[in-house]
Parts: sequence; structure tokens; C-alpha cells
Amino acid sequence: MLETTFFYLFGGLAVFAALGVILSKNTMYSVMWLILCFFNASGLFFLLDAEFLGVILVLIYVGAVMVLFMFVVMMIEVNQAAKREGWLQYLPVGGMIALILFIELVAASTSGVFTTGDMAMTGHIGAEVNNTVEIGKVLYTKYLLGFEIAAIILLVALIGAIVLTLRERKDAKYQNISKQVNVRKEDRLTKVSM
Amino acid sequence: MVPLSSFLVVGAALFSIGVVGLFLNRKNVITILMCIELMLLAVNINFAAFSHFLGDIGGQIFVFFVLTVAASEVAVGLAILVAYYRQRRSIAIEDINTLQG
Amino acid sequence: MVLETTHMTLNQAELMAIPLLPLVGALAAGLFGWLLKDTLSHLVTSGTVILAALLSIDVFIKVLAGAEFYGNFWTWIASGDLVVNIGMMIDPLTAIMMVTVTVVSACVHIYTIGYMHGDPGYPRFFSYISAFTFSMLILVMGNSFFTLFFGWEAVGLFSYLLIGFWFKRESATTAAMKAFIVNRVGDFGFAIGILAVWYYFGTVDYREVFAAVPALVESAATMHFLGWEIDTITFVCLALFVGAMGKSGQVPLHVWLPDSMEGPTPISALIHAATMVTAGVFMVARLSPMFEYSETALAVVIIIGSITAFMCATIGLVQTDIKRVIAYSTCSQLGYMFVACGVSAYSAGIFHLMTHAYFKALLFLGAGSVIHAVMSNQDLRKMGKLRKYMPITYITMLLAGLALSGIPPFGGFYSKDLIIEAAAVRDMGWVSDVAYWALMSGVFMTAFYTFRMFLLTFHNSDRVPAETKAHLHESPKVITIPLLILAVGAVGAGMWGYYTLDMANPEVMHGFFRDALFVTEEHNPLLKLELLEEDHTHSHFWLEKGALVLALSGIGMAFLMYFKESELPAKLANTFPRLYALLLNKWYWDEMYDVTIVRPVRALGTFFWQKCDLAVIDKGIIHGGIIGTVKNGAALLKNIQTGRVYHYAYAMVIGVFGLLTFLMLNA
Repeated sequence: MLETTFFYLFGGLAVFAALGVILSKNTMYSVMWLILCFFNASGLFFLLDAEFLGVILVLIYVGAVMVLFMFVVMMIEVNQAAKREGWLQYLPVGGMIALILFIELVAASTSGVFTTGDMAMTGHIGAEVNNTVEIGKVLYTKYLLGFEIAAIILLVALIGAIVLTLRERKDAKYQNISKQVNVRKEDRLTKVSM
Repeated sequence: MVPLSSFLVVGAALFSIGVVGLFLNRKNVITILMCIELMLLAVNINFAAFSHFLGDIGGQIFVFFVLTVAASEVAVGLAILVAYYRQRRSIAIEDINTLQG
Repeated sequence: MVLETTHMTLNQAELMAIPLLPLVGALAAGLFGWLLKDTLSHLVTSGTVILAALLSIDVFIKVLAGAEFYGNFWTWIASGDLVVNIGMMIDPLTAIMMVTVTVVSACVHIYTIGYMHGDPGYPRFFSYISAFTFSMLILVMGNSFFTLFFGWEAVGLFSYLLIGFWFKRESATTAAMKAFIVNRVGDFGFAIGILAVWYYFGTVDYREVFAAVPALVESAATMHFLGWEIDTITFVCLALFVGAMGKSGQVPLHVWLPDSMEGPTPISALIHAATMVTAGVFMVARLSPMFEYSETALAVVIIIGSITAFMCATIGLVQTDIKRVIAYSTCSQLGYMFVACGVSAYSAGIFHLMTHAYFKALLFLGAGSVIHAVMSNQDLRKMGKLRKYMPITYITMLLAGLALSGIPPFGGFYSKDLIIEAAAVRDMGWVSDVAYWALMSGVFMTAFYTFRMFLLTFHNSDRVPAETKAHLHESPKVITIPLLILAVGAVGAGMWGYYTLDMANPEVMHGFFRDALFVTEEHNPLLKLELLEEDHTHSHFWLEKGALVLALSGIGMAFLMYFKESELPAKLANTFPRLYALLLNKWYWDEMYDVTIVRPVRALGTFFWQKCDLAVIDKGIIHGGIIGTVKNGAALLKNIQTGRVYHYAYAMVIGVFGLLTFLMLNA
């Protein structure tokens, strides 16, 4: 019973926060709503015995990614007044599509396929099973290749982000080392006959 | 005990809200990135739910990979955004129309 | 036929290195020639080929001591029943070919350093000749019909590229194309032959096919081809021989070989004298276990060979281009080799192939040296009295000429005499008689045209134009040294093969060649020859010395007519104007092909081009139909491309939505 209550709490708050993300006027508020949404999703993960993922979601998403969002929002001045302009233009078509999509997805979910047979399992995994250890066991064996590819993707993203944002300021002074090393006396010295 | 379908409905709701967000928002690329995050979160919830109800840890591994890719995407996406903003002084989607040629 | 496995085997790595070394050189010079520049290009290609030559000699020595090799390295094609392996078969026949190919190729590589000096395509040329050497080695070393075919086509390709090496010259590109197209005719037959082998034997491996031949002959298998019922083995042999005719320049597919002289002279020596054109002879000898069972195929080989030997010799009598004289001589000598194979004296054919490779390559390289000296002039009428300017070239060409004419003790004497004697004693009715007389008259003509060419170049009167006179000089050392090396071969190859290697052993399968060649007891002309010579009741003067007498008289006649400037040649030409015109125009082969094949095909092509392609397809279908539709459709569709990124994002979302709906409705 307690579990059901928490499910409705987390699920409801997640959906509510998601609506807040798309409806709030201020981008900063949107970021805040998204953080709330992630916290609740993390709660849902705990309900699903995925403790490791729940923690990761809070640490990485809330701790790192959302902070990055916030930085960017603060760095870029968004014209708040113009933001809402014409926002209803695509509502009919977008709303319709999203609504039908939602109905379809719900219909599929509740059709009974996912509540019977193999997927009707209800019990929780015992406390003696360590979720982190279990993930580690498969991640470093069966999914090793995927894991390494993920690592490379992260590295590439890291380098890419730096390359994209790096710029040389014109008003600051820099050393050009190769130029300094390659300098010859003919470049600097002029003999003047007196 | 909460059945699988309830989790799937939450996922569906988050996904649909993300889609609406994509359509509604026309001024701000950052919000679009956040909508994509929402949709990915919906997918992650489905993965985790199936993983739990099927008793297969593989679903959680995939959540892990999705998180990795999403994080990379956000990092690169925001970097592009910053670089773009420096160039154009605007991140309004309607201004991003140089593809029109 | 089945080899005992008690033979010593050869080192596989060494064998694989022999063809791969030139390939490495070719790739280095071909892909990185821009980087290596001229000197490094010729060093890497010549170095690898010389190394391959040394390894080949090492293999040859081991083979002489009794070593053999037979093995597959890996599977090339496996498709249903057809399994093609890449492998090698090294026996005395292969070994002698390997030595000949690599030694001549090494000489030509060194020679080229001097000859092509300063040419803008210098690294490219070296890359081509090294790649050619690789292909030729694959051709001779392979152990199946498919490796043979690979080598066969690859040498054809490099021959094409090298004939057309100076691609800015129109005559060179047309000659290259002619060589390629004429060879296609031959290769068509060759491909049919190989497919027939696979069809009837179920394998393309030499050993397995040879083992299966007697059973096929025993069962007297026949097949239907274009409505005729033909003996299967005869059909296979004839189809394969069509390929040999193309590659080895036999009548009526000989027309490309003289034209191939448009290429640089080193390749004329390497490809169109010593190696590639002899591939046909090699193939017939290699497949002796098949040809030996078909009297008809052997008869065809003899007839084609003797016609070529005679006809090309007559054409050579009157040509005025120094390289063309040698080219026709090559055709004619190849005819000799085919006659040797046809009369089942395969060993004599291969013997002549070897000696011919050395002295003919020497003749070509010598001619190249002369051409180099007189500033790229190839016309005999503008040479003369060159002896004092180029003594080394003079001596080496004289030796090569004597070898070609068949004067003892030089190379050609031993091998050519053997062929003629074999043709004389082999009794195949009118076929062998025709062959014998064609070859005998050929001997006279060979000696005559060789010395005509030689005397017009080095003696006779001085007809060199004044402006080239100052340029006359002996060629540099890189050119003369290969000449000297080959001269050793031209002089010694005959004696070496005859006395040391025992290539003329009548018991072919117990002599040098062991079981690489196959001759049935009743065919073997060399055995018959030996019996005849032991019989002292009759005189065999004409049989033994006839060819020599004819050769000497040919040389004598050449001296009479050309040593000093004389009126005799012109008088002779005026006495028989029609004969002279016939020979000068090469028996009108080109004209005949032009009328019967080239022009009809061109007319048909023009018709399809003008009427079908331009009028119907281009104008009607493309301009009217397709382009119009595309234009209008594009005008409509371009509205979708708004250039606004969010429209594209919406399209993706709507796509997902559509897909999901579709799945739901179909669930």
C-alpha cells in the first residue's frame, strides 16, 4: 500500500513537473522543473529496484547536466518578452499529435499484454542482492564493447565541447611559442650603415 | 504492488509532454533540448520497468548507455549553442534558417 | 601421372616471395612514385626483381636436384561445387620458365634505367614492368586453370598499359587497343576452354584434371557444340588453344603483335619477345597430358604454327622498320615452338622458348640501343654504317643474329634443329609434311631477314640524316651491361640446355623435365629420331644438316644483297611487284579485318549511336520524359524543404507517430 502511494506521488509529481518544463515562461524555471522531474524519476527507479540508476540519475543529471543547463541559460540572455510570441500557432497540430500518441501508448500499455505471463512478476528482489554488483557483472563482461564505445563517445563529446567553445580573445596577450622559437636574426636585426 | 502498465503510462505521459513541448516552443533551443531530455527519461523509465518485471538486468545497462549518450548530446548541443550565440547574438529557432539557402 | 611424394619439397615462403617481391616493387613505384622520384623508383623495382631472379635461380638449382612443390595456400573462391585454390606447382617446366622470366626481366629493368631516362612517366613505367613480372610469375607458377587465367589476363592488361605507355601518341593508344581487342577474341576461347574443363572434370586443379583425362578419353566422351558432335577432349584443347593463338600472336590473331612495337623498346623485349607471348607455348606444354590425347588438336596446333612460321617470316623479309622485322621474326619463331608442341616434342618447344627468350630479348634491346643512338628513328633506310659508333651493340646483335639464324654453337641452333628434326620424323600424313617444309623454308628466310636487318643497320651505306650524325654514340653502361648479360645467355643457353640440362633427352619423362611433360610412346618424335640416327645404313645428311645449309645460304644471300649498297634488292622487288606488295602489306591481313569486321561493326555501332541512343533514348525518353518529370516533381517537392530546422524536427515526430499508429492498427 505504501509502495502504491509512493508510486502515485513520484509519478504524479514527475508528470506535473514535466508540464511545468514546457509551460513556464522563464527558461530558468523550466530548468528547475526539469530538476524536480528527474528527482521524481529517480524515486521511480528506486521503486523498480534500480538503486544504482536512481543514484546515478541524481548525481549526473541533477548534479552535472542540469547545472550545465543553468550555466548556459545564465550565459545567454534570452529575450523574455518575445518568448511567448506565437506559441499557440502550433498547439493544435502538436497537441493533437501528442494526445493521440499518448492515447495509443496508454492503450498499448494497459492492453493486458504487460500485466500477464512473464511480466506479471510482482515481488521485490531480496535485500541480499546488490544492484551495483549485478550491473557491474554484466557491464564488464557481456556489454564490455558497448561500455568502451560509450567511453569513447564521452571522450569525443568532451573534446568536441571544448573545441566548439574555445576561442582566443583578441584583447588578451598570448605567447606564440613556435613563432618565438623559429625567429631568426634577419627578422629582427637590420644593419644600418652609418 | 504496482503493475508494469502503470510505469508504462507514466513513461507515455512524459514522452507525450516532451512532444508537445517540441511543438510549442519556437523561441528557445535550450527548452527543446530539455524536451528531448524528457523524452529520453521516459524511455529510461520504460527500460528500467521492463528490466524489473522481466528480471533481466540488461535493461538497466541500456539505461546506462542512454544516459551516457544523452549526457554527450547535451554537452555538445550546449557547446554548439554557445558558439552559435556568440556568432548571432540569438538562439531563437526562427533565426536558425540558413539552411534555406 | 601421379607424383610420388618422396620428392624433396621446396620452401613455401621462398616460393611465395618470388612473385610477391616484384609486386611489392610495383606497388611502391606505382602508388608512391611521386614520392620516391626516379632514382628510388628504379632502385626498388629493379632491386626486387633482381632478388626474385636470384631466388628463382636458387629454386631452379633445387629443382635440378630433384625437389618439387605442389600445394594450395588458401581458398580463393568456394561457390557450390566450384572450389578454386590459390596454390603453386613447381616442377622443372615451371622452374625453367621462372628463371627465364626473372632473368630477362631483371636485364630489362636495368636496361630501362638508361633507356627511359628523363621520361615523365619513369616511375609508372617501372611499376608496370614489375607488375607484369608478377603476373607472368603467377601465370607460370600457379597450380590451377584459374591461376593460369588470372596471370593470363593480368599480363594482357600490363601489355596493354605498356603498349599504350606513351598515351599522348595516337598510334600507341590504337595499337594498345588493337592488342587488347584481338586478345579478347583469343581469351574468349580460352575462357570457354577453362569452363569446359570445370564442367567436364569438376575441378580446375592441374593434377586432378590430368589424372582424370585418361578416363575421359577411355569413355570416348563427346559433346555437342553448335550442332557438331565433337570429342570432348578435342574441344577443350582447341578452345584453350584459341587463347594461346591470341596471346602468342598466331595466324589469324597475329595482327596485334607487330603493332605492339609502338610501345617502348624494353617492353618489346620483355613482353612481346621473351615472356608474355610465349605463354601460349607454355600453356600447351603444361597441358601436354591433355593435348597428347587429341590427334585433331595436335594437328591444328601444327597447322597454325607452321602457317605462322612461314607467313610471318615472309613478311619479315621486306619490312623497313627495325622493330617490326624482329616482331615478325618473333611471330615466326613462336610458330616453330607451336609446331614443336604439335609434333609432341614439347621439350624441344620449351627448349626453343628458353633460347629464344635470351637471343630475341637481346635483339630487341640491341635494336633499342640503336634507336636510342639515332634519336628514336626506327627506319632501316635511315641507318647504316653504325658499326664504328657502337661496337658493343654491334657485337651483341651479331651474336643474337647468329643465334636466331641457327648457326652452331649459338643458342638457336640446338633448339631449332631439334624442332625441325622432330617435325621431319613425326608421321602425321600431309600435316607433318607441310610443317616440315614450312619450317625449312622459314629457316632460310629467318637467316636472310635477320642479316638483312643487321647489315642495313651496321654496314651497307651511310644513310643517317646529318642532324642525327653528331648525336651518334655508344649507349651508356646501364644499357650495354644488360646486353652483355643477355649475350651470354644467347650464346650459351643452347649448349647449356643441350649438354648440361639434357633438355633434348628423347626419354622426355626421364630427362630434365621428369614428369612435368607428358608424351606417349608412339607419339614421341625424339625417340624416333634417336632410333633413326642409330641406323647407319642410310645417310641422314639432309635431315641433320639441311637446316644449317639453308641458314648459311640465307646469310650468304643477305651478304650478297646488303653488305655493300647494291641494286639487287630493288631489282628483285621490281621483278615480282605483286609478291613484293603482298609482303610489304603483310598479306593484307589488316585490310581484310578492316573490311570484314571493323567496318561492319563500326557501321552497326554508328547506327545504334545515332538512331537509337541519340534519337530515341536521349531526345525522346530522357529529354522528353525523364527530365520533364523530374523537373516538375522537383518544383513541387522543394516546397517541403523550408530550411527551418524545427519543421524537420516536427517531421521526425510525426513520422514516429505515424509508425506507431500503423503498428497499432495492424496489431
